[in-house]
Parts: sequence; structure tokens; C-alpha cells
Amino acid sequence: MAAVPGSSQNLDGTARLPAGDPLAVPGAPGSLLVSVDPAVPGTAGKRPALGRFAARHPLAAMILQRLGISFLLLIAVSAVLFIGVEALPGDFAQTYLGQSATPQAVENIRRDLGLDQPAATRYFAWLGNALTGDFGTSWASRNSITEQVGRRLGNTLFLAFFAALISVPLAVGLGMISVLYRDRIADRLVNVFSLAAISLPEFFIGYVLIFVFAINFGVVSFPSTVFDGMPFLDRLEAIALPCATLVLVVLAHMLRMTRAAILNVMEAPYIETAELKGLSRARTILRHAAPNALAPIINVVALNLAYLVVGVVVVEVVFVYPGIGQYMVDAVTVRDMPVVQACGLLFAAIYIFLNMAADILAILSNPRLRHPK
Amino acid sequence: MNWRSVPFSAWIGIAGLAIAFGCAVFAPFIAPYGESEIVGGVWELPAWSGGTFLLGTDNLGRDLLSRLIYGARTTIFVAAAATLLAFSFGVLLSFTAAVLKGWTDQALSRLNDLMMAIPTLIFALVVLAVLPQQLWILILVMAVLDSTRVFRLGRAVATDIVAMDFVEAARLRGERTSWIIFREILPNALSPLLAEFGLRFAFAILFLSTLSFLGLGIQPPAADWGGMVKDNKDGIIFGVSAALIPGTAIAFLAVCVNLVVDWLLNRTASLKGGRA
Repeated sequence: MAAVPGSSQNLDGTARLPAGDPLAVPGAPGSLLVSVDPAVPGTAGKRPALGRFAARHPLAAMILQRLGISFLLLIAVSAVLFIGVEALPGDFAQTYLGQSATPQAVENIRRDLGLDQPAATRYFAWLGNALTGDFGTSWASRNSITEQVGRRLGNTLFLAFFAALISVPLAVGLGMISVLYRDRIADRLVNVFSLAAISLPEFFIGYVLIFVFAINFGVVSFPSTVFDGMPFLDRLEAIALPCATLVLVVLAHMLRMTRAAILNVMEAPYIETAELKGLSRARTILRHAAPNALAPIINVVALNLAYLVVGVVVVEVVFVYPGIGQYMVDAVTVRDMPVVQACGLLFAAIYIFLNMAADILAILSNPRLRHPK
Repeated sequence: MNWRSVPFSAWIGIAGLAIAFGCAVFAPFIAPYGESEIVGGVWELPAWSGGTFLLGTDNLGRDLLSRLIYGARTTIFVAAAATLLAFSFGVLLSFTAAVLKGWTDQALSRLNDLMMAIPTLIFALVVLAVLPQQLWILILVMAVLDSTRVFRLGRAVATDIVAMDFVEAARLRGERTSWIIFREILPNALSPLLAEFGLRFAFAILFLSTLSFLGLGIQPPAADWGGMVKDNKDGIIFGVSAALIPGTAIAFLAVCVNLVVDWLLNRTASLKGGRA
């Protein structure tokens, strides 16, 4: 269970900010000012209004708060990505030109890339541009990063979407079957299979699939090239193998945790009641256990989707699929920092968004979470 | 502990781990050829298809079996070092946070949340893009990223223990913070941490292999399983299965670790009635 990388759920801790502040953040800069200003002389003037709002719309307040926290988190992450790259040793201009470069040439490059500006200036310029969708230009190719990312992000999301479409119902369904036939052959098989699948690295699954289906049987094509204007069905055929790999990668985690979540509910007294009044086991699970296990299942699904977005990086490299993950890995090998930062920020943003969605959906599906004690 | 109570699956895991560690320790004695010694043609067939070398040769004509054995050494050493370091950081910081509470706890926990908000692989890619490619840097980066997960578990476990009477007794006796951390909390937190150590070790093997596969982990000519997959991946298109052999080794090792961990977890759960 702990092997799911980054189940960052206890963001709740960050919620111990003054109740008002996160509410204001998602709005325009103006609204931020309005709500923060009265807070400076004393919180007394502000609290009742916000308190009233929170009391009347607890759900909306909670969701707004989560949105605000996620936004703050994203800003903090952008700072970490920027400072991390900044604080580490190594001069890009020097690396870029090689050891034999003259000091003058290094100086010119530094000025060209804007590296002679103070770090804070560059950070805010970068962040401001990134928020408006402009990621600057690549050092290696001198092309606009936004244009490249725009094209590739579509490909990546296309792949991830179909992987999710297949894996989520499959995982939940198999999880229920596994509980239904608990400790029987079907359950054992599912258990052994999922334990093995958890232990397999993504690239290994990918290459085995290529070896069997593309080389030995020749039923699909490799590498999985897609291009603009490709017919939809051809595109689907091209992503068949990478999609299957991703499904296998996330399926096992989701399956095991779905099973655990339902088994947890199966201990409850009302399940015993349902059994005693003579309901069939399938009906008990479907009507009584599953709805109550919904919150953890939704959480697991969202977390695994977040993992899927990261797993995409390796899978894209294996299948030479023109997505954003491959773009990032290529940029890392040539140390093209603007591209690395842009892709890093994008991945982090998607990841934070999905974690937030998990949080909000869990609250929506479980009324008890709406009024924390 | 009763040896008969160890389930069969755990024995498989233990045996597999013993083989892997044996290879790692005695690599120069077991391996038929040197680590980067070129002994034959490119991608010669393995013995079961009529070749002269047991597992065939790789993309440069090096003996695959020898590289696999030497690779066990690199892979296990780096993964184990990173996990140990991650545990040292994570356990020390999380216990400190749990014992001192207050703003220390807040600062460390919020920093940890921030680190965990960035996907591990993405964070590693960004950092390794900047840093020079050296072994100790790789180990350090893996350890720091992994320690966030250890911190989370460690803090949860330690907060429960700190609330116990014997910790308060130690405090009233006037023991130092370091005594409370190492003599009061650590012994009582050991069993959940042990299972977690196994899980993190399996994860470190996979993570290291992934990094090496992407060309950012262990640098050639040193043999390492993820890097061997990368070296031989072009052979797949010609139907050469050389890349699948080191991949199988990674999977084998990870499965073995997981089998042992599963047993440890069940044992802890039956003792304590649930995992902390």
C-alpha cells in the first residue's frame, strides 16, 4: 500500500491557516486585497461574514478552501522547482557551450538567456508568464515551449484518458469479484497476479508486450507514432500497446486497494444484518458494501490516476510516443532547463489537481467528512 | 520466532533474496567473464537456442550472465544504500517532529507535504538534470525523495508512542530528547518500520532501474539491471530477447522482497491488531 508513490493526502494540515485566506486566493488579485485588508487591523471584522458563509454553505466553503490550498501549493511547488534548479551547482552557459568557450561567448549566452538578471526577477517573470501559458523558449532548439507542450500534452492526455477508461472499471469490478469469492481460487489468482504486477517495472511490461504482440505475432505496430490529422481509429491502434502497459501498471494497485476498502466495510454490523436476512452475497456487496466503500475507492482511483500521469513518462520513452513525458526526458538529457521546468510544473499541476479532486470527491461522497470535529 | 510458522511464499522470497545477495557479494568469483569484457559477437543467442554463452551476449558482445551478476552488486548496493539513508533521515526527522511538537513539527510536516506534492520521478528528473552524474549524488537524491514517505509513516507511528506513559516518565526523569528518540520511541516503532523498510527497498530497486533506464541512473560501463535494459532495448525490434533478461531479474528481486514483506506485515498485523 505504501508503494503507491505520492499518496499525498494529509494536505489537511495546511488547512490550519486563518479560515478566510484560502477562500480569497482563487479569485482575482482584487478580491484577495479586499478580503485580506480588514484582516490586518484585527480579524474581528472579517470573521463573522466568512463564518456566516461557511455556516450557510459548508460544502462550498470546504471546496473553495481546497482550491485555495491547491493553488498555494502549486505556487510553492513552482518556487521549489525554480530554486532547486537555481541553487544547484553548475553554470548552464558553460555547459551549453562546452569547456573551450571563451569568457566573452559565455557572457553573451548568459545575457541572451537572461541569466544575468537576479534570480528573484527571473522567478517572477517566469511564474507570471507560465500562469498566462507562456513557458518561454527552449535553449536547445530555440522553439516556443508552449507550442511543443500544447501539441504533446494532447497526445499524453489522450493516452492517459484511454488507460483510465479501461483500468478504472476493470479494477473496481475485479476488486468486487475478489471479495465475492474471498479466499477461493478467483481471489487467490487475482492476489498473486496483482502482487506480481506491482513488482514489475513499467518498461519491462512494455517491452514484453512489444516482444510478444509487435514482434512475434505482428498484430500491432511499433513504435507507436502518432501525428496531427491521423484518423481516430489508426490513433487508437497506435496507442493499444502503451495503453495496455499503463493499464497493467495501475490496475494492480487499484484492485488491491479496492478489495481492501470493501473488505473493511464487510466487517460492519449492517453487512451481518444483510447476510442474516438472507440476501445473496453478490447483492450484499453491490448494494450494501460498495456504496459505503465509495469514498476510499474514489480516493484510490484518483491517486492512481495521478500515478498514471507520472507512469506515462516511462511508457512514452519505451514506445517512442510523442507525448510530454518523452519531451521532458529528452530535455533532461541535453539539460534544456526551461523545458524541464515547464514540464515539471505541468506534471506537478496535474498531480496536485488530481489529489485535490480525490479530496473533494471523498468529502462529497461521505457527509461525515463535511463537518470535521 | 518459530521457523515452522514461516509460510511457503515467504521461503521463496527469502531464497530469492539469498541468491541475489550471494551474487552481489561473490560476483567476481561466480561470474564466468569480466564485467565489461568483450567475449563474443553482438547479441549471440543464449544456450537454449544453441549459443555458446548461457544467456547470450549483449549489444557490445559482453557476456550477459556475467553482467547480470555484476549488475546485482550495483543495483542492490545503490538501492540498499539509498533506502538506509532515507530511513536515517526520515526516522530521525519524524521522531524529532513528534517529540518536540509545536513549530518544529509544523515546519517539518509542511515541508514534507510540499515535497510530496511533486511526483517523485518528476522531481528526480529535474534535480538530476542539473546535478553532475555521480554515484553518491544519485544515492543522495533517491534517499531524500524516499525519506518523505518514511517521514510520513514515522511521524504517525511516533505520535502514538509519544502519548504513552513511559515517554512521559522519561521526560519527568529529565532524559534528553535524543534519549527519548533512540531509547524510548525507536525500539517500540521498530516492527512497523521494518515492514516499511522492505517496501521502500523494493520501491528503490524499481526506481533506480527506471532512472537507469532513462539514462539518468548508473552510468556505463558499470553494469546495472535498468541500464542493461536500456543498452539492449534496440534488439527487441530484431526479436532479440536480451533486454528482457535483466528486466526479469528486476521483477524477480522485487517480487521476492514483496513476498517477505507480505509475511512481515501479516505477522505485525496479527500481533498488534492492525498496522499503524
